[in-house]
Amino acid sequence: MAIEVRIPTILRTYTDGQKAVEGSGNTLAELFADLETRHAGIQARIVDEGKLRRFVNVYLNDEDVRFIDGIDTKLSDGDTVTILPAVAGGMR
Amino acid sequence: MLTITQALVDRIVAHARKDHPDEACGVVAGPAGSDRPERFIPMLNAAMSPTFYEFDSGDLLKLYRELDDRDEDPVVIYHSHTATEAYPSRTDISYANEPGAHYVLVSTRDTDDLGDFQFRSFRIVDGEVTEEEVRVVDSY
Repeated sequence: MAIEVRIPTILRTYTDGQKAVEGSGNTLAELFADLETRHAGIQARIVDEGKLRRFVNVYLNDEDVRFIDGIDTKLSDGDTVTILPAVAGGMR
Repeated sequence: MLTITQALVDRIVAHARKDHPDEACGVVAGPAGSDRPERFIPMLNAAMSPTFYEFDSGDLLKLYRELDDRDEDPVVIYHSHTATEAYPSRTDISYANEPGAHYVLVSTRDTDDLGDFQFRSFRIVDGEVTEEEVRVVDSY
């Protein structure tokens, strides 16, 4: 089962500069574990203590997975997953 | 160094003024690899806060798809501080994920007599902040 994963600039150091890579898994958690086997270090940039990091946005096709099932969101063959770090900050 | 037109500076400042006392945020996109800010894209501060900003997650996806389709970079990422100086905070630094961007900060604290108005630009790479000169031009 093939999932296309779109990688943001800041994480392309883990993918030899590639903007998109393929992965597999029945859920996002499985997908990120699968990516880790070929792109060591990437999982920890997205997942912390079994949850998605607060300031990393992950989308399944067009939807923020926080509004689906978070890291347990189920995937199907042909889905596209997009990872985008939040653009955020503040005065403190 | 950031080279930017007066017209774009005026639009960033107008956005910051309009949203004060909340923080305003947005992007100025330019052709990929050009380092030339051209297309002004004000963003909604989903946090609607005087002390925090965050692009709405749906808007963020649309923005990056559009940049990709148009072969553009986020050349400038701007936001305002409404009561403090225009210098990246710890939060700004920890969430800065575009090492190629110019991080423009505007301070609108003059509105409430908390100090002078500021428009400054920084590079933020691997947690390191470097202030850079801002050259304002009439056109490129």
